Amino acid sequence: MTRSIHPVLIALTVLVFIFLVGPLVIVLGAALSDTSYLTFPPQGLSLRWFENIFEIEAFRRTIVTSLEIAFLSTGIALVVGVPAAYALNRYRIQLPGWLSTLFILPVLVPELVLGFSLLKNVATQFHAPIFVSLVLGHSLLVLPYVVRVISASLAAFDFSIEEAAISLGSPRLKTFFTILLPNVRSGVIAAFILAFITSINDVSISIFLTGPGISTLPIQILAHMEQFFDPTVASVSVLLMGLTVAVMAAVERTLGLTFFAK
Amino acid sequence: MKRFAGWTLSTPATLLVVVFLILPVLATIVTTFATAAGPFAPYLGFFGSGFRRTVLWRTIQVSLATTAISVIIGFLTAYVVSRSPGWLKSILIIAAVFPLLTGVVVRSFAWLIILGKNGILNSALLSTGLIAEPLSMLYTQGAVITAMVYLFVPLMVLTLVGVLEAIPDDLLQASASLGARPSATFMQVILPLAVPGLIVGAVLVFTGSFTAYATPQLLGGEAQMVMGTLMYQQAMVTFDWVSASTIAAIMVVITIAIVLLMTRVARRLNPMAT
Repeated sequence: MTRSIHPVLIALTVLVFIFLVGPLVIVLGAALSDTSYLTFPPQGLSLRWFENIFEIEAFRRTIVTSLEIAFLSTGIALVVGVPAAYALNRYRIQLPGWLSTLFILPVLVPELVLGFSLLKNVATQFHAPIFVSLVLGHSLLVLPYVVRVISASLAAFDFSIEEAAISLGSPRLKTFFTILLPNVRSGVIAAFILAFITSINDVSISIFLTGPGISTLPIQILAHMEQFFDPTVASVSVLLMGLTVAVMAAVERTLGLTFFAK
Repeated sequence: MKRFAGWTLSTPATLLVVVFLILPVLATIVTTFATAAGPFAPYLGFFGSGFRRTVLWRTIQVSLATTAISVIIGFLTAYVVSRSPGWLKSILIIAAVFPLLTGVVVRSFAWLIILGKNGILNSALLSTGLIAEPLSMLYTQGAVITAMVYLFVPLMVLTLVGVLEAIPDDLLQASASLGARPSATFMQVILPLAVPGLIVGAVLVFTGSFTAYATPQLLGGEAQMVMGTLMYQQAMVTFDWVSASTIAAIMVVITIAIVLLMTRVARRLNPMAT
């Protein structure tokens, strides 16, 4: 059965999607422009602004730092988050309800407050290196995604398979790696990539935990923008959009993009 | 034994959250009550300053406007998306997920190019002759709200597509077969069923706007200072950490109060709940 939709609503939807996609197309155009200022439509086509990214030492350095932090924080979040998600699903009845709330707490606490508190009460007070504080902040930032995505795929897992393996004499740890993990593999991959991109894009936690000598890519972009208004930032943005495309393709292959509309 | 295993497995994650989130954030809040000038002095200072009250009020205004616009646009768009044929729906969902996964810096930067003095909107308006001189659109409340709506509409659309798809088709057919016009079905069946989802989405948008940093910084600057940018300025430019902690405490209290209150309201308003 098809229901007719009012033409005004359809027109509005078209406008909304132009509004959503248009600005990003403009960034792409501006990145390809052969001019030394930002303009759209591009005047002349050139990739020189992409080359320029890698000629600036601060961009090279922060790209590496951002990747390191994203890998480390996602790794930590998976190492602590997968067992937690497993416990929440497997021992649901034995564990108190507030425990699952605890793991989504990083979403409720404003990121700026977390970043500032890590600077004030961890990095400054206990002289923890800034890099360590950044990794901890990002691990907390991505933990809710990991727990949520892994929980979603564990919800579809039949725990009696695991019990069958154990009752047949398989050790618990071996069962975890040979029975459970392969069954939630797509969930783990999706959790990894969502956490990774969230870490890469973060501003609000990192802004307090950067300074001379250490910075992340988004913070470097902000710093560059304050001094120059050339297409370099547009081309870095296009690189990040490329990463988004890769992430979406990976999510589509694992969970399906309808995951986002749940 | 089983109880023990559950606790053991969740201990590392619990420790991470308790030691590096709850304790540091609580410590930040506690310091605002332990100043030499007396327990409530930082708060009296905050609310006694006309500038800070203006910043708080502006933040509330910007967040409310962003939330209202995102909810209306998001709901209508999600309705059309949820009723679209399969292939089109996939394309529209991709078009909404793409900006969602693109970072806030990139998305705010796009509006900087559009709204700037020599920006795209100004050059377009100048070339059509609609205006004689470039308009100053950056560093206005409108610029901040536009970019924030841009930030949150994808989130709203995707949240509500899920909610609207969960409404059973039978209900809509029943409504139609009992003689309700499409507009009546929309207003009396679909809208009430979507209210809990609308509230959840609105809470996400409001708390996100209320604590935003990058977008108001880039598009509002000093002229449109909000709680997030003021907190950063106090912490990292003037190094007044008591003042920054006070702003942090106010943000935490308002955010958590809204989340708790509205989830309760959403639960009560859910017509499907028994």
